[in-house]
Formats: sequence, structure tokens, C-alpha cells
Amino acid sequence: MRPPDPSDTADPGAPNVRPRVRINTAPQPAEASRLAPNGSPAETASRGIATRAQQRSARTVGREAIFDVQDLAVSYGGAQAIAGVTLQIHRNLITAIIGPSGCGKSTFLRSLNRMNDSVPGFRLAGKILYHGHDLYDGAVDRVEVRRRIGMVFQKPNPFPKSIYDNIAWAPRNLKMKDGLDERVERALRAAALWDEVKDRLNQSALGLSGGQQQRLCIARAIAIEPDVLLLDEPASALDPIATTLIEELMQTLKNRYTIVIVTHNMQQAARVAERTAFFSLDVSAGRRTGVLVEYDDTEVMFTQPTDRRTSDYVTGRFG
Amino acid sequence: MSDPFGRPPETTDLPDPAVQLMTEEPEAMGPPATDLPDFSGPLTPSGHLRRRQLISRLAEVGQTTAALLAVAVLGIVVYSVAERGASVLSLGFLTKDPPLLAGSAGGGIAPAIVGTAVIMALATAIAMPIGILTALYLTEFAGRWSGRAFRLILDLLNGLPTIVVGLFVFGLLVVGHHQSGFAGSFALAIIMLPLIARATQEVLLLVPVGLREAADALGVSHWRTVRGVVLPTARGGILTATVLAVARGAGETAPLILLSSIFANTVSANPFGQALPNIPVYIFTASESAEANGFSRAWGAAFVLLVFILLASIVGRTLSRRSTLSR
Repeated sequence: MRPPDPSDTADPGAPNVRPRVRINTAPQPAEASRLAPNGSPAETASRGIATRAQQRSARTVGREAIFDVQDLAVSYGGAQAIAGVTLQIHRNLITAIIGPSGCGKSTFLRSLNRMNDSVPGFRLAGKILYHGHDLYDGAVDRVEVRRRIGMVFQKPNPFPKSIYDNIAWAPRNLKMKDGLDERVERALRAAALWDEVKDRLNQSALGLSGGQQQRLCIARAIAIEPDVLLLDEPASALDPIATTLIEELMQTLKNRYTIVIVTHNMQQAARVAERTAFFSLDVSAGRRTGVLVEYDDTEVMFTQPTDRRTSDYVTGRFG
Repeated sequence: MSDPFGRPPETTDLPDPAVQLMTEEPEAMGPPATDLPDFSGPLTPSGHLRRRQLISRLAEVGQTTAALLAVAVLGIVVYSVAERGASVLSLGFLTKDPPLLAGSAGGGIAPAIVGTAVIMALATAIAMPIGILTALYLTEFAGRWSGRAFRLILDLLNGLPTIVVGLFVFGLLVVGHHQSGFAGSFALAIIMLPLIARATQEVLLLVPVGLREAADALGVSHWRTVRGVVLPTARGGILTATVLAVARGAGETAPLILLSSIFANTVSANPFGQALPNIPVYIFTASESAEANGFSRAWGAAFVLLVFILLASIVGRTLSRRSTLSR
């Protein structure tokens, strides 16, 4: 089985496809601009690069595609992790990646800022364009990639330094030393942590609770003002209250950053994300390969998914 | 399926499969067990268990004895050195030059203590940076094959007889020149290098992957990640590795006999000019003397060296425990 090409399955003229609300309201590209909050000429121009399925989403109309992933395939030492992934990730939206364990969600996410490069046997085919630049071009420096595309990991991983030094370490090393105190405060405020730690900035970050540590890691990531934040199951090790804080935080951060979040938790995707991509395992031909099954606005994914596998997953029937 | 929760359709009209199994003939469950032990008997050993427990106890006694013997060797060595050496020990023994005539009483081993300190400091100054950089190369930058090759070579270097190292440095630095404290330091550095490198490597491998990834994900170059995050996290372990290597190197005698053994018995801290007096060689030469006074000074020097090495080892282990706890 191959992942359905969104432009095929979403074509209103194609047979055997359950009609979706969005198709009925915006069947033609020309009408898409009417759905946009304000139909400007720039939006009309941007349609040229978007696929038809994506044009139908009011969310993505007029938004620049930060990532344009084309037929991405990743393997580790010959074992195919993901294959045939094609999608676009748009500016200032929260895009959630959901799917069962082992379907390549994290692999996909880590490919977006070249964190997989250090994994032995890592191979990548296809293309990931970031602002139109091929991320895996030979001239691309992965340190520069990560300077612009920050990442927060599943397990909170503060450095064994003081709270202040955790935030200030990267700016210092990146020659952003002017107004360092203000920068640290700004990052901690943006991560909704300032009030809790402002009186103990010089104490070890390891003394913070798990939820505080994770917000510290977010503050650390945004202290260098990246373009994109990649969150790899940022709340899976946290209790519900800390999770809620992180989710509220994401809503404020998306005004400034483009956020891609991998999550096991479907409710979390439904709560925070504007766009949701569902990955699943393709077990045909005796191999287990992660594929992109469906990618759409979150409400569509959870209420009227096109693919049977998506509806099975979001209704809890498998995975 | 019409069920919104995805439950499988219920099949109430079919008989329960479990009930079906129960009603079949007992033969279907396999042949009946014939010689089961009497489970209701008292819970004392029966059958072979008595014999097996005896063997087990004998093995335990053997293992404990062997372990006690190993510890006893250290105890006996420390005791005999302390018994003969401690009586010689005094402030003068640590601060005075040895007497001109080996047979006369009094005097001390100050030149040997200063010389060993200078030689060890120089050896550590050479071996520590190279050892740490080697360990960093192995953990951070080496590929799979080059890493394996380097580890093998370091282990071979570690197994190299110290007299061979001494001979090599003798040919390199002494032949055509003269003995020097530096030559001794150089040989000891070669001996300490694999110890520091391998032990540091083990510590660096303990630095959590998450920390490296966190630093890498901040767009900071790899060397700065190493310097700012990896090395500080491993600092305690690296210090431990160095202290243990110093403890090992301080007692090395064979290379020093070749490289720094013809010395005047006066305090000198210049490792380049001439051979430096040092404790191991002093013990070696003094113990060969036929005089009782020289002999007792050898025991005293041995005691000083032993105390230093034991203290260094204990300090090293304590440091390593503390650095493990802080992680």
C-alpha cells in the first residue's frame, strides 16, 4: 500500500471518495480565496505552489510553506523507517504528527532539523525544502540548520548548570551577548516560567520539577529566536497540569514561531493543532514502513477523515 | 461498522468456547501425571537437594576464602611496610638530604620526594591533555572503524611492559645525551596515557545522549557543545581517571632505572638538566645496600610511596563516587 496522494483522494470528481464538508464549500481553487480571512493578491499568488488538497484548507491559504517535504524516505542501515512522505508545513501554525508507535513520527521530525545525521546508517531520499532551500544539500551546514530550527525533546534534558546558564549558554556561544539578562528574562517569560524561577536563577536547573524543566527546555530553545520549533512528544513525561501549561504555552508561541509537534496523545493533537498529519505503519511486502496516511485540518482529521485507517485510529479502534 | 466505539459485534447466540472445553473428555487435557511428589509433606530438603546444598556451600566457602586471601595480600604488604617503615618516619626523614655515606644513620629522602613530585607533575602535564583529547576523539568524532582501531591500540599500549617503554625513551632521549627527569616523565606519560584516555572515554560515554542532543539542537558547533556541556558534566570522572593514573605512574620503577637513576642526592627541581632523584629508584638502590641504615631508609621511602598511592587511590575513588552521585 502506498499513502494516498492527497490530490487524488481529495479530488471531488474522483469516485469512491467520501465527500467532505470542505470539498463542498470550496471545490475550486478559484474559490479558495473567499475562505481566507482576507483575500489578498499575495494569497492568490501563493496558490501556485500549493497542492489542490491544501488549497482547500482555509488555514493554509496565504500562508508561506516553511517546509516542503517531497517524497521523503528515511532508512537506518537498510531498514526503511518512512517512505513516500509528501507534505507542507505552514508558517505560524501548529502542525501535529500523530500515529501509532514505530510509524516514523520522530524520524520524520528529526529529519526536519538534521538531528538524524548522527544516527549510524541513516540514509535519506527525497527532498525537504526549508524556505526553498534543500536541507540536505551538500553546502548546508547542519549547525546553521539547527540555529534556525530548534527542538525540544520527549524527556526534559536541562544542562547540569544553573537556570540562568541553561538559557544563556547558547546565546553566548552564538555571539548574542548584548542584553543577555534581558534575553534570558524574555525567554523565561515566553515559556511561562519567569515567575517561578526569577528568585533562583543561579540555582541548578536539575532542582526544578519535570514540568518546569520541560518549560526551561522550551525557554532554552526560544532564547536563540529560531524560526521553527520542533517538539518531540514534549508532554509525554509530564503530569496533566504541566501538560496543560505546555499546551497553553504553545498557543502563545505560535504567533511568533512555526511549531511542529509529535504526539502520542490524540486529544492533545485535537486541542492544540491546526493541522494534523496521521502516520501509520504499512506492513505490506513483509516490511514495516512508516507512511503518511492523511494530512488535513485537525477538525477534518478527527471528524471526517478520508482514509479508513485514520478513522480507525482517531476512534481508538487500533494503535 | 455501525458501532461508534468500534466494538466487535456480540455473539450471544454461540456457545461459550470455554464451556465447550470443560465438557470434553479429560484425555484431551494430556496424559495424567503419575509420579508427582507429595506436596503435603514437611518443607525440609528431600532427594538430591541435600547433596546439592552441600556442594553449593563448599563453593561459597572456596569463593570467600579466595576473596579474603586477595585482600589479605594487600593487608600483609601494607602491614609489613608500615611496621618497618613507620619507625624511620620523622619530619627530618621527609625534609633532609640522605647522609653522604649510605651506612650512616639519620638523613632523609627529601630529594627523592621532590624529584618524584616534579617527574609526576610533568608526566601528568603531558599525558592528561593528550589522554583527554584522545578520549574526546574516540567518543565524539571517531567513526565506527577508526574508533575500534584506536581503542585496540590504546589497550595494547596499556599492556606494553614498562621496561620496554623505558628502553624506547632511553634510545630516544638518553643515548647521545644524558639521563634526565624529563626522560622519566616522558616514559611515565606514555604509561599513563592509555589509562587516562580509556577511563575518560568511559566517563564521557556516561554523559547522557539527551544532553548532547539538547546542545546540538541549539545550533552550537560541536566543539562548543563538547567544551560547554560534555566536558563539564564529565569533569569529576576525568579528574578521577587522572588521579588513578598518577597513582599508578608514581610507583613505576623500571623506566626510571634506565632514565633517571644516576643522580646526586641533593634536592633539585630541574627536570631537564640532570637525572632527578625519585622514590622508586631510591628504594631500589637503598634496598640493595648492605648497610642496615640504608635498608631501613628504603623501607621508610617505600612507606611514604605506599601512603601516597593509597591516598591518591582513595581520593580518586571518592571523587568518582561523588561525580556519579551528582548525575
